[in-house]
Amino acid sequence: MKKLSARRRHPLAALVVLLFALAATGGLYAALAPAPKAQADDSSQSIQISEGKKLFSVGCASCHGARGQGSSDGPSLVGVGSAAVDFQVGTGRMPAQQPGPQIQKKPGQYTQGQIDQLAAFIASLGPGPVTPTSDQYDPAGGDSAKGGELFRTNCSQCHNFVGKGGALTDGKYAPTLKGVDPKHIYEAMQTGPQNMPSFPDTTMPSQAKADIIAYLQAVDTADSKNPGGFTLGSLGPVPEGLFAYIFGLGALIAVATWVAARTTKAKKS
Amino acid sequence: MSTSTETSTTTRRGPKHPGQRVAEWADSRVGLYKLGKSNLRKIFPDHWSFMLGEVCLYSFTILILTGVYLTLFFHPSMNEVVYNGPYAPLQGVRMSDAYASTMHISFEVRGGLLIRQIHHWSALIFIAGMIVHMMRVFFTGAFRKPRELNWLFGWTLLFIGMFEGFTGYSLPDDLLSGTGVRFTEGAVLSTPIVGTYLSMFLFGGEFPGHNFVPIFYSVHILLLPGIMAGLLVAHLILVFYHKHTQFPGAGKTEKNVVGMPFFPIYTAKAGGFFFLVFGVIAAIAAIATINPIWTMGPYRPDQVSTGAQPDWYMGFSEGLIRVMPGWEINAWGHTLVLGVFIPLMVFPVVLAAIAVYPFIESWVTGDKSEHHLLDRPRNRPVRTGFGVAWLTLYFTLLIGGGNDLWATHFHLSIETITWSVRVGFFVLPALAYFATKRICLGLQRRDREKVLHGRETGIIKRLPHGEFIEVHEPLDQEQLHVLTAHPQPQPLEIGPEVDENGVERKVNPVTKVRARLSRNFYGEHSQIPKPTVEEYDEITSGHGHH
Repeated sequence: MKKLSARRRHPLAALVVLLFALAATGGLYAALAPAPKAQADDSSQSIQISEGKKLFSVGCASCHGARGQGSSDGPSLVGVGSAAVDFQVGTGRMPAQQPGPQIQKKPGQYTQGQIDQLAAFIASLGPGPVTPTSDQYDPAGGDSAKGGELFRTNCSQCHNFVGKGGALTDGKYAPTLKGVDPKHIYEAMQTGPQNMPSFPDTTMPSQAKADIIAYLQAVDTADSKNPGGFTLGSLGPVPEGLFAYIFGLGALIAVATWVAARTTKAKKS
Repeated sequence: MSTSTETSTTTRRGPKHPGQRVAEWADSRVGLYKLGKSNLRKIFPDHWSFMLGEVCLYSFTILILTGVYLTLFFHPSMNEVVYNGPYAPLQGVRMSDAYASTMHISFEVRGGLLIRQIHHWSALIFIAGMIVHMMRVFFTGAFRKPRELNWLFGWTLLFIGMFEGFTGYSLPDDLLSGTGVRFTEGAVLSTPIVGTYLSMFLFGGEFPGHNFVPIFYSVHILLLPGIMAGLLVAHLILVFYHKHTQFPGAGKTEKNVVGMPFFPIYTAKAGGFFFLVFGVIAAIAAIATINPIWTMGPYRPDQVSTGAQPDWYMGFSEGLIRVMPGWEINAWGHTLVLGVFIPLMVFPVVLAAIAVYPFIESWVTGDKSEHHLLDRPRNRPVRTGFGVAWLTLYFTLLIGGGNDLWATHFHLSIETITWSVRVGFFVLPALAYFATKRICLGLQRRDREKVLHGRETGIIKRLPHGEFIEVHEPLDQEQLHVLTAHPQPQPLEIGPEVDENGVERKVNPVTKVRARLSRNFYGEHSQIPKPTVEEYDEITSGHGHH
């Protein structure tokens, strides 16, 4: 102790104390702090995010703000989740072509790889619905009869009995669901794009979403059964009435004209 | 047995032809000979538009034939069952027996879906045919004396036909038709004071209850078709009794009918036409789906779909409801839903407007004479204008009834369409009336021109002194007759306003209105004087045309 006490006025003593203190706090932190998660994944995720951020700055930031915080031209994207990005960009709705009552669907502008990068960037801004995996939206995993009941209860008031779409107010509309990728139908239910209400897993479980997708696959695809012949758009009595007038009565009047024009000639006496 | 006649004839001419014996047997029992003698050789004129009524008659026949087949398999019951049929997207779903049996007809009964589709397409064509037939009768003035009663029979057939259709498409108890029944319940409920009682009575309690399918079934297969069959027979008897009208032409007068005898010409033509109508409807039913109830699912009051319209003949009532602002009055704890009640009251008025027109016309014009020669629509501009105005109103309301589909298919805003229909409801019929009247007068002027100066041939001739003229070809006698045969009535005169002593005459205000309306019908602004013989002679005896 004498040695220690003798050198306690040494010019370097303060430095030594500082080293001990730093080592102690550092050691305690290393022992008590939570362990960081998968180191290798993090680095690739960070590449995805940084690539996505670059794409975002070029294609999206002018409306949604440089950090996705939104502006007068576009909503904030904090917390919308990767599912919303995958839906909006995957169906070509984003980037929007022009303002209007509703953003229209159009051919996609990004590859799936780029969409995933954008989705990773947006997901990094805040937690939100996650892009579903293929087993979640696989129509084979759903029950079309249950899906039909769910569809008629929750969806058909805007999208029609078999998803042909319908009118909303002020020029807005519920689009047709024919030919829409099951993944995008799933994501639309999760995120509720534009005027659509969202159906998160808490109100509509993943299985129910798969049932609805199975129903749409059964009734609204090229190979769904149409035992009655041409469907006339499956839009109900309006096209049926038009068809009855134009082709039904039209054909009958043509036939009547034909019959009336062919008459017996009076016999010459 | 008619032994006495048999022995007397056999002695004279040998054994009778079996057909003759059958005919005699029948004649002596039901008096066929007399009936046949007076009716079989009845003459009917030939024109395609006279066959529109036949289209209706045959589609009605097809409806009865296919309807009988459907009753064999349909269960008019609202008992709940679980579907276990072949259509996978409904397996395990709870539904009414009515819906399940319609699914059974569509998917399991041999030919069931085809018969269902023939039945439904026939219904649409039947009522479309009735409207077009009615408009043919209207525009040609075939409703005039002595046919006013038959006009009303026909109109009643149309009116009942609409409800026959409504009760029919409501039977399968699918989500679309159930929505229509719910709509009807809402309309019934909007009736002041008795609305709730009426609804409870009709549905046997709270909607939808267990009653309406059996009630609608009885009404659809017994009550309404029975009334319609009776009216239809009366309609046809009157057509035979009045004889058919004909278009004016050489040799056609108010006292004759120029055409072919009913037997054998029209029995063959009409019989053949029945099969042609059946063929066309069957072909349509074989290629195009109608009312695919399997895609709509069973009715549940908590479900609804967009694009829920009634069949087209109820579409104008849907339009009335859709474009009517949602007004309501709340007073003393009661609600008067004007937004539904006013359309409910306007609905019969729209239809009655066309029904009462013949009586208004004969009252205004004072025309009490019989008419068997048809009018050319241009020669009656006010009537034609009224008819077009009515059709304009009807089709404007149809657009209102399908406003959502117009919006999605023409990329319009649904509010724009609704507001256009609201304004158009009042404005478009008036515009259509004036435009039609002007067009009719223009066509009358053209007829006059053609009679006096002949047809423009398009051949340009240069005269020796250098003038160019177009050669006009005089019309032949038959065409001249068609263009000048129509009578041009004069408006009613109520006489001078003052008598010989300068005292104002008392004139009934109703008579004044009548005279004014009559001037509107037949005054100088409503018909172009047709060429007189003198005018014609003067021009044609002159030195060619100018």
